[in-house]
Amino acid sequence: MAEFLAYLIAGIATGAIYALAAIGFTLVWQTSQTINFAQGEFVMLPAVLVLLAIKLFGAPIWLGALIGIAAFILIFGVGFKLAVVDPMIRHGVLPLAIATMALSIIMKEGAKDGFSAEAQKFPSFVPTETISVFGAAISLQHVAIIAVAFAVIGLLQWFVGSTRLGRQMQATAQNPTVARILGIPVERMVLLTFVINAALAVVASVLISPIYLAKFSNGEVIGLFAFIAAIVGGFNQVRGALVGGLIVGIVDSMAAAYISTSYRLAVPLVLLVVVILVKPEGLMGRKEERRV
Amino acid sequence: MKKHWIIAAALGMAVSLPALAQDKVKLVDVVELSGAGATAGTNWKNGIDLAVADINAKGGILGKQIEIVHYDTQTNPGNTRAAVQRAIDEGTYAVLGPVFSGPIGASMQIAQRAEIAQLVGGEAAGLTKQGNQYLFRTSLSQTAAMPKIAKYLKDTIKAGSVAVVWVNNDFGKGGRDAIIPELEKAGIKLAVDVSTEQGQADFAADAIKVKNSNADAIFVYLNEEESARFLRAAKQQGITKPMVGETTLLGAKVIELAGDAANGVKGHVGLSIDAPIPAFQEFGKKFQAKYNYASDHNGLKGYMAVYMVKWATEKQKKFDKKGVADTLRGATIKTSEEPGILIETTVEKNGDLDRESFLAEVKDGKQVITATLPKINP
Repeated sequence: MAEFLAYLIAGIATGAIYALAAIGFTLVWQTSQTINFAQGEFVMLPAVLVLLAIKLFGAPIWLGALIGIAAFILIFGVGFKLAVVDPMIRHGVLPLAIATMALSIIMKEGAKDGFSAEAQKFPSFVPTETISVFGAAISLQHVAIIAVAFAVIGLLQWFVGSTRLGRQMQATAQNPTVARILGIPVERMVLLTFVINAALAVVASVLISPIYLAKFSNGEVIGLFAFIAAIVGGFNQVRGALVGGLIVGIVDSMAAAYISTSYRLAVPLVLLVVVILVKPEGLMGRKEERRV
Repeated sequence: MKKHWIIAAALGMAVSLPALAQDKVKLVDVVELSGAGATAGTNWKNGIDLAVADINAKGGILGKQIEIVHYDTQTNPGNTRAAVQRAIDEGTYAVLGPVFSGPIGASMQIAQRAEIAQLVGGEAAGLTKQGNQYLFRTSLSQTAAMPKIAKYLKDTIKAGSVAVVWVNNDFGKGGRDAIIPELEKAGIKLAVDVSTEQGQADFAADAIKVKNSNADAIFVYLNEEESARFLRAAKQQGITKPMVGETTLLGAKVIELAGDAANGVKGHVGLSIDAPIPAFQEFGKKFQAKYNYASDHNGLKGYMAVYMVKWATEKQKKFDKKGVADTLRGATIKTSEEPGILIETTVEKNGDLDRESFLAEVKDGKQVITATLPKINP
């Protein structure tokens, strides 16, 4: 039981990170009907920028974190929307998707050449100690990841569902034309969505980098698993991304523990195939209809 | 008239350029500067650059300056094959690198066919069992290291059971296949056999599995970054059993990345700037001064690789590509003959090395050498 609990907590912690990244997929999908293939790099880069700020300005960690995070949200939240999404979306969804692939490569190679090809230690805001829960040793870092990730996701849900701004965002996502007729500043709402996506990526990056270490290639793994999580949960639902992330994280942890460590990477992919065959819209997703 | 002089001078310079080029000997380094092997590859490259700078400052090899070129393989076996072929096509005198055993295995036949010596950093036991007469290690092979580790686990750690954590690539599998028979011979039970992936980021489940095995000690055989991630995950899970490993686990980069989690790690070290060998320590200081960080064993290996080429060339008193391999095979390079080799090194007929090695422990974030082990065939 203690052993199972330890695997479960580790899986939930990893899954919470995937969920944060997967929510980014769904937000971009809802506003631009495209997939941001640079989502993994969105989680990788904030950690690199924080370390770069510390290195360049000799800043203490808290200041470095503020500079790095602000720079990321500005460049890859606002900048991404203005420089990539707006010019490309006019030419259709496919060119935009391809543009995000290019952005992914630029972000990855830029981090490698501009900072380092090697992994770097990233400071943890939580002590690396364990607490005992029903006989299982639970890492404080995992507890912190779960707590912060759930708090952020809860806050996002509250914002989207209970605030005027959030409802305007939802309306924009559901039907931009009608939202515009109703006087909602659609462009501003879309911009806000991208800023929120960048902020979620920052949170995921700061939480996971003390464990994964900061490295230019981290986005590959996170992006892949978050993508699987978004599809498993339902690409058009924030709740789906959360559920998908947790399922993928737990399945990955349990597969490593009880099936085989050699095939653990294959197990989430098998899960993905099964979900696509049984419920193509995802476990929490809703079927979408389009008029042509 | 002045114009004629200018043209004549330009022609003269153009004619002299090939002569200048001939005063150089070209070495191509095929190495992991990005991808999973970036840490090892960067150290290896920097060690090579340091050796080239030293040798060139002292007049080069037989009066020729070394021209060094580095090609990034991105830790990709296909890229490595292409890079080795390119190095040979471009007339390299010897091939230096790569460091990871998988890419070495994928590319070694190319240098062999060209009859050019390839000096590599890989430790996988299988590399030198294939009868390639042109492949030379710069580190001890797993075959030489694992018996020492098994003895250490039995005699010093007093382990009755050991959990083995290894990375599922040629390096890791070679180490795992070499340690398990040695554990059996020593009467040590295998508590759990944990395979992990190259580039794996999350080691929480692996650490829990190791913890639940209740092994007396854990043998960790992963690449640098993965070693650090595993040590951190092990600390997070509250594992307190002795962590024992080979050179990589106690490397400077692992200690830096793992932080507190590296303290207490023990193991066998083939090469270390902290070893009680003045030449190693001197190298360590030069490396630190030039690159502003401490070299791991790969820096030493890269440095020694260039000096092995230098020694073989000066021994044969001419530049003969095939002769470099012929001279190295079966030779013992003494520091009195070539100080750049740093420690007396015997190159066995199959390309393996024999030399002194060390036992070490990480204390307060530093690698401390606790014993020097003799050559297998002194």
